[in-house]
Amino acid sequence: MDSLTQLVLVLLAATGFGFWFKRSRGEFRRKKTLNGPKLSPAAIGCELGSRVTMVQFSSAFCSPCRATQALLEDMVKTLPDVRYSHIDAESQLELVRELDIRSTPTTLFLNRDGVEVGRAFGTPKRSQVMHALNAIH
Amino acid sequence: MINIDARGPRFSAVITTVVLAIALLTSNIWVIAFQTAVFAIGALRGPQFTPYAFIFKKVVKPRLKSDPVLEDVRPLRFAQTVGLGFALVATIGAASGATGVFTVATAFALVAAFLNAAFNFCLGCQMYLLLVRATSK
Repeated sequence: MDSLTQLVLVLLAATGFGFWFKRSRGEFRRKKTLNGPKLSPAAIGCELGSRVTMVQFSSAFCSPCRATQALLEDMVKTLPDVRYSHIDAESQLELVRELDIRSTPTTLFLNRDGVEVGRAFGTPKRSQVMHALNAIH
Repeated sequence: MINIDARGPRFSAVITTVVLAIALLTSNIWVIAFQTAVFAIGALRGPQFTPYAFIFKKVVKPRLKSDPVLEDVRPLRFAQTVGLGFALVATIGAASGATGVFTVATAFALVAAFLNAAFNFCLGCQMYLLLVRATSK
C-alpha cells in the first residue's frame, strides 16, 4: 500500500471515529439489569436523592469535567427529588475500580436505593440529562 | 494552577496534523525528528512554548474574533507527552530502518493530533484515569 493510500485510510478511519465519539458524548446508557452495588451516602459523599442521584466522576486532567459539573449543579437547583455528587476519581480509586469508571467525566445515575440505572460519558447536553432523569422512577 | 488560552494548542494540533501527514507520506526522518522535538518542548516546558504556539501568539491570535478559552495547562501538557511518546518511537523506528514501527507510531500520533484538531477530542480525559488505575494500588 503506498503512503498516500495509508494516509487517506488513517484519516478516514479517524474521521469516522471522531464523528461517532462526538455523537456518543452525553448519551444516557441504560443498564440492562440493575445488578450493581447499592451505593451508600458515605460512599458517594452525599445523601441519596428521593428519586435520582447523579454521581459525576472527574479528574484533574479534564476540562469537560468542569462544564459537566456546572451544568449538573445548575440543574439540580430546580429538581427537589434529584441530588448531585461530585467525586475526584483519583482519590477514590477503589470505587472507580468497583464501578469500572474508565474515563472522565463519567456520570452515574442512581435510583432512590443508590443502585446504578445507567451512565453517561462526556459532557451531556441539558436535554440528555433530562432524558436520563425522566427515565428513572 | 496555570491556565493558558486553549485555542493555542488547538491551532498547534492543526500544524502537528499537517507535519505528521507529511512525515507519513515522505518517511523523512527529519520531519518526524522535528515534530518529536516540538512535542518534547511541549511536554517538558509546556505547550505554550513550542514554535507552533509562537506562531499562534504572533500571527493567529491577534486576528481571532473569539474570546480566549482559558484551560488548565496540565491536560494540554499531558497530550504533548503522549505525542512525544509516539513520535519518539517513530523516530527511532525510522533511524533503525524499522519502517513498520515508524508507520504505526506516526499514524497513532497523527490520529491523536487530528482528533484534537478536528473534534477537540480530549485524549487526556480518555487515557489519564486508565493510566492512574493501572499504576496505582
